[in-house]
Amino acid sequence: MSDRLDLVLALADDELILGWRNSEWTGIAPFLEEDVAFSSIAQNEIGHARALYELAAREVGTDADALAFDRAPEEYRSAPLVELRRLEWARTIARHWLYETADAIRLEALKESDDSELAGIAAKIDREEVYHRIHAEMWIDRLLASDDARPRLDEALEELWPYALGVLDDNLRPELVRRVEEKLGRAMPDAEPVSRGQHEAELAELLEEMTMVRRSAPAGARW
Amino acid sequence: MSAADNACVESTQAGLAGEVWRALAEILDPEIPVISIVDLGVVKDVRIEDETVYVEFTPTFMGCPALESMKAQMEDAIRALGAEPEVVVVLDDSWSTDRISPAGREKLRAAGFAPPAPRSAGTPTLIQLECGPFRCPWCGSTDTRLDNVFGPTPCRSLRYCNACRQPFEQFKTI
Repeated sequence: MSDRLDLVLALADDELILGWRNSEWTGIAPFLEEDVAFSSIAQNEIGHARALYELAAREVGTDADALAFDRAPEEYRSAPLVELRRLEWARTIARHWLYETADAIRLEALKESDDSELAGIAAKIDREEVYHRIHAEMWIDRLLASDDARPRLDEALEELWPYALGVLDDNLRPELVRRVEEKLGRAMPDAEPVSRGQHEAELAELLEEMTMVRRSAPAGARW
Repeated sequence: MSAADNACVESTQAGLAGEVWRALAEILDPEIPVISIVDLGVVKDVRIEDETVYVEFTPTFMGCPALESMKAQMEDAIRALGAEPEVVVVLDDSWSTDRISPAGREKLRAAGFAPPAPRSAGTPTLIQLECGPFRCPWCGSTDTRLDNVFGPTPCRSLRYCNACRQPFEQFKTI
């Protein structure tokens, strides 16, 4: 696998799996605005995944659906952070903000890439991600301002911190530490990153559910 | 081929390109069927080579489910002109809401969607979305508030007008 393919699949898998996880809030978020927000964010992330899979598919001579749905669980390149399931609200917001902060750093780097195709897609994705970051930061500010919510958010951030570090490569990781510490106004603990390449048990369950229609109608489902 | 023949081919191609642009201007955004895809600025270029009409097309939001439908409608419209279509989807930074034409912005407003603010103000921020002078498409008041950054489709936010007490959809600036 080329480095480029590996990079594109890591990005695509992160967006697809997180898009799926975000969509799990559709209908059951704490209030209607968040039903709408998480559903819309999920739709964006899956749109980004599609574009990236199409790019990868051209390199390996297949199609986007085959990459999204037909690989074995161990072939996915997603970061364990996006695989975690059914988080309660504080952990959902913690993951959302940690992921969007890491993703912003990654996209900024890609926009500067010599690979014009990848730089173009990254720039287009980033225009949409601005709104995800606004939403995530609004929630962080809201939870930090509440005596009841702040300890729960802090606990969630501590728990997910090693996972957040695992989203980025070594060279970009210090910038994540800097941005997170700046926003929270405190130092984060040193932690061993939970890196890409290992998977949470919940991933297999997610793939089972996500690929059900695909497996039951390999020639294409008709509605 | 003589110079005269060349000129003739070029003028026929220019004629066909004009017809294609006019046909594409009849295709409405499936999700906001008051504005055409040309007014929306998503058709970047129409180019004719040999017998094929190449259309460069940039989606607004990448997860937009209307993308396939727009593509199919463009292909049908070009075939109806007796030409072979090739719609090329371009994914780069070249589309922004600034590409929506003035006529398109007015059509959005008339249909109750507040048109996007210009990008010149820079990358949108929460402060800007909460405090900016967003105008209600119903009564024209700027006494409006942000209800939700996200809305019924990726391209829209939800706002509320304190003056006429109506909710409205604000086209996001991207």
